[in-house]
Amino acid sequence: MTQIITTSNFKSNARTALDDKNLQKALTHVERGFIGKRRSAMDALPEFDQLRDNARDIKNHTLENLDLYLEAYEEKVTKSGGKVHWAADAEEARNQILKICRDVGAKTVTKGKSMIAEEIGINDFLEENKIEPIETDLGEYIIQLRGETPSHIIAPAVHVLKEQVEEDFRRVHTHLPEARNLEEPESLLDEARKVLREKFLNADVGITGANFLIAETGTSVIVTNEGNGDLTQILPKVHIVLASIEKITPTLEDVSQILRVLARSATGQDMSVYTTFSTGPRREGDPDGPEEYHVILLDNGRSNMIGSEFQDMLRCIRCGSCMNHCPVYHAVGGHAYGWVYPGPMGAVLTPSLMGIKDGGQLPNASTFCGRCEAVCPMRIPLPKMMRSWREREFEKHLNPSLQRWGLKAWAYFAKRPKLYHLAMSFAIPVLSKIGWKKGRIKSLPFAGGWTKYRDLPAPESRTFQQQWAQREALKQEAK
Amino acid sequence: MAHKVALFVTCLVDLFRPTVGFATIKLLEDAGCDVVVPPAQTCCGQPAYNSGDREDTIAIAQQLIKTFEPYDYVVAPSGSCAAMIKKHYPGLFTDDEAWQARAQALSDKTFELVSFLSDVLKVENIDAKLDKNVTYHDSCSGLRELGISAQPRKLLASVEGLSLSEMKDSDVCCGFGGTFCVKYSDISNAIVSKKTDNIANSGADMLLAGDLGCLMNMAGKLKRQGSNIEVRHVAEVLADMTDGPAIAEAKK
Ligand code: SF4
Repeated sequence: MTQIITTSNFKSNARTALDDKNLQKALTHVERGFIGKRRSAMDALPEFDQLRDNARDIKNHTLENLDLYLEAYEEKVTKSGGKVHWAADAEEARNQILKICRDVGAKTVTKGKSMIAEEIGINDFLEENKIEPIETDLGEYIIQLRGETPSHIIAPAVHVLKEQVEEDFRRVHTHLPEARNLEEPESLLDEARKVLREKFLNADVGITGANFLIAETGTSVIVTNEGNGDLTQILPKVHIVLASIEKITPTLEDVSQILRVLARSATGQDMSVYTTFSTGPRREGDPDGPEEYHVILLDNGRSNMIGSEFQDMLRCIRCGSCMNHCPVYHAVGGHAYGWVYPGPMGAVLTPSLMGIKDGGQLPNASTFCGRCEAVCPMRIPLPKMMRSWREREFEKHLNPSLQRWGLKAWAYFAKRPKLYHLAMSFAIPVLSKIGWKKGRIKSLPFAGGWTKYRDLPAPESRTFQQQWAQREALKQEAK
Repeated sequence: MAHKVALFVTCLVDLFRPTVGFATIKLLEDAGCDVVVPPAQTCCGQPAYNSGDREDTIAIAQQLIKTFEPYDYVVAPSGSCAAMIKKHYPGLFTDDEAWQARAQALSDKTFELVSFLSDVLKVENIDAKLDKNVTYHDSCSGLRELGISAQPRKLLASVEGLSLSEMKDSDVCCGFGGTFCVKYSDISNAIVSKKTDNIANSGADMLLAGDLGCLMNMAGKLKRQGSNIEVRHVAEVLADMTDGPAIAEAKK
């Protein structure tokens, strides 16, 4: 599953996605499932908007004092017997993980769901180094079998149909009886559990992500619905937490506040089934837990966002609500975005992390319908930041020159009302005549983007300003 | 004394559908306003703003502010153009206090037509008649930036003979998005196709909305699909001006 970045091909990726019948069918689940569940959760909690404000304020405060909280966090982790590794970029993080694995002679590594693991491409890297990574989250496991990457940040296999999963399981789990029934989603989950159980027991290292890192206590927090994360971090000798720096949250109390908006925004649950706190390695007298506890703290471009117009993006808690409500995501799914982070949050974050030159398509591919901002529990102004990216692109002359010149020509007229009205008083009646018979125009040079799929409604006749001027003149005469 | 209201007709209405401009004037005059149409107006600047061209956006905004600041109110028959002035103009001048104050002053007195009638002029009933079953699409900016949702429905309910059949997902984008619909025409088409399915399934024989961009997009798609659902701006119905051809229809 070598990670190939295709963000700059967004348009052609989208075309492929629109033609993919299975994908289109799978995407209807995003539209139907998540939205209704979130709505019900909202309706059941009148103070939800207040909680969103609190959550936003907590993260804003944290980001203003990030260095302070990061230091405090490291101190606490160290005190509890764990170790923090600072990784400036993906490569450094990969090497730190490899070293920890090698030091204990690891052959297999179990993994809980982690977007940072995707961001640094850890699976490929471990495989190249003869260490087998095993995904333990059902969705992640499915796409690992299929050799794919996640298409959604909380539902990685949302693009796969149940029937396709059944096919994959029969193809890979050849040791199980052929006649078994795999029709229900539960039977698929059961089978995955069974297969994974042995792997849990044999793994040398467990890697999890983190939803939060608590500065007050040096604790990492994960939320899951399958409990796989707990087994991943408790059973192996070594637990590696892989997290980016903005996951820091000051206190336990702060985390419990943000948790109240997280699951509700994501799946519409009040809380995820498991919320697991881990602090350091096993202490004397603990019944279980790892012998070593490591935290890889990844920057990978994030500290550059602090103090920039994109700082607010670092409040993101990866709930997925913005993509669940995005008409563009509904149309093309997550893979079209070409890298780890899809949907509106990806459209802002991806260019921040990989640069506007390669990521520039994403912030452009939005209708600015504003639904993402309306549902974001952290009140992140996503459309505004997509526009900021468009501004940077425009400043750097990175957008197509034809578009640019078209815009400049239009602006030239828009800034000169007299000239504008004169030009339009010629152009509009002509266009009106072209569409006179039917009231619409089927095709028109330079308007292919419009008329490929829709008719162009013809102008009624002359412009409003022309007609108005004439009326006013007649009124004057009558006086 | 009557409010002096300046009509910002918006570029699309000016060019494609003057009827909406005249309907707006009628609604405002019926509600007792003194309406003026300043000639030095073109566009609110959204095409430049949303393409990242801040310099031209600022120039266009300054010109619009100068043109419209003498009046008591500025009203536009479009949620997205009104929202541009109301919600986005002040943010264009963060480095220029004087202009920011002027932008803010204009923002405070700028309104979208239907919400102006309903929220500011407190119009409760409309004197219009239409024997049709209509469905209403909530255009995104109007809905999410200006909170326009109940007002058009309330005023439509007072139109004699009219019934409203809500479509599924009336608050979901139609796929227009300004230049988005031509830059990403494949995706835009997928989005508008879902919309026209919902419109058709509502059983309504007329589609209404408050933004001409969205209306042209949906009308263009409906007509390409051979649908005979009529498409009109909500102002045309409220002003009782539905005798002329609907959007993308020929003269009878
Ligand atoms: S941007 Fe907001 S809605 Fe989207 S994933 Fe992040 S927190 Fe959730």
